[in-house]
Amino acid sequence: MKIKLQEHILVPKHEILSKEEAEKVLTVLNIKKHQLPKIRKEDPIAKEIGAKVGDVIKITRNSLTAKEAVVYRVVVE
Amino acid sequence: MDIKEIEKELKKYPFPESVRRDIREELAKLDLNKKSLKKIIDRCYEEYLSNLMEPGEAAGIIAAQSIGEPGTQMTMRTFHYAGVAEINVTLGLPRLIEIMDVRKTPSTPIMTIRLQDDYSNDRKLAREVANRIEATYITDLADISVDITGMKIILFLDEKVMERKQVDKDELVKKLSKSLKVDVEEKDGKLYLSPKEPSYRKLLQTVEKMKDIVIKGIKEIRRVIIRKEEGEYVLYTEGSNLKKVMRVKGVDYRRTTTNNILEIAEVLGIEAARNAIIKEALDTLEEQGLNVDVRHIMLVADMMTNDGEVKQVGRHGVAGEKVSVLSRAAFEVTVNHLLEAAIRGDTDNLSGVTENVIVGQAIKLGTGDVELISKLGGRSK
Repeated sequence: MKIKLQEHILVPKHEILSKEEAEKVLTVLNIKKHQLPKIRKEDPIAKEIGAKVGDVIKITRNSLTAKEAVVYRVVVE
Repeated sequence: MDIKEIEKELKKYPFPESVRRDIREELAKLDLNKKSLKKIIDRCYEEYLSNLMEPGEAAGIIAAQSIGEPGTQMTMRTFHYAGVAEINVTLGLPRLIEIMDVRKTPSTPIMTIRLQDDYSNDRKLAREVANRIEATYITDLADISVDITGMKIILFLDEKVMERKQVDKDELVKKLSKSLKVDVEEKDGKLYLSPKEPSYRKLLQTVEKMKDIVIKGIKEIRRVIIRKEEGEYVLYTEGSNLKKVMRVKGVDYRRTTTNNILEIAEVLGIEAARNAIIKEALDTLEEQGLNVDVRHIMLVADMMTNDGEVKQVGRHGVAGEKVSVLSRAAFEVTVNHLLEAAIRGDTDNLSGVTENVIVGQAIKLGTGDVELISKLGGRSK
């Protein structure tokens, strides 16, 4: 049986944003990339979705307050 | 009124999903025309905005106070029995401190293992999975005696336990001879082990070594308890090894968790660790009958996982990584911080709260956070 970590109840949805999408997010938030929260390149989920250093990952959390909350993390070494 | 119409109107506003759902539910009950619908939603949005956190509000201090005050009412007692099953769990203040300090291993690591559909309703199958997980040692299965004159170790196997733990005799023999490098002979329910070189010291060493061999199961899992919960069998373990347990046949890895946050960070990533911190902290507080708003805990969890790895709240983590020298010095180990900063010739930009209190300036909070920039020389285009 193949294990897909993304299916685990504790893991929210991770998606890699394309360059244009990432750029758009950064302009909306009015910040630089390095100001985003980070995620390690070796992070099991980052590995699973094949994220590379510098990618911006969109995370859709199941929030207890907002039900759905979107956050971004940038992949670092 | 038509749900679709309401939804369409609601989408125009950046409400969080939960707020949108509440408004939608309420509006669906009412019979409205388009104009009043717009008015109501507009009013809701106003109300929503007024409930948002103000820019410059000291969210961290509020969170600290909101978790700290109920913390004073928590029990200092470390151990508690959770439910009927006799598993020891650290609860109360010691557990909360453990979560915030991100200990390498919690003092009572526990896993909650849920089973796949066909296993979760059958006690026998659940037992089977439990046997695959629980670490079984030779001392559980047999009595050991040493025959010095014959230079042999005799194992009196307990057939009943062997059957209950589902240990195959042939497999046991294989395992023993392979990992101990001894000749194993079987004769009417007894195993005779003889080391290859006949030495008394070697014989005793072999016995000690044998006691450490995990015959079956996962080394870290000391005990497994089966409990029926909400119509399915759930396994609780003493000891934790998420990575290995997730791969055990019959285990539903999607719904299997541990209370060891660092382990979750390692196996499931930083976001899962954040969720685990929130869940563990909230459960600990709730178990003590304390109601702390999740938002405070979420803020703490966010700070702890911001860097991509879990760091503790204290001196070696969140508080210790502050940029300001004065702020760090005000927290713990004052002299060290000041000394090191002096040696390195650090500067403090006085951008935080603590450092400004120390030097006696207005703090950068609320209205103090605003800086005015004026453009000189005519109007810009």
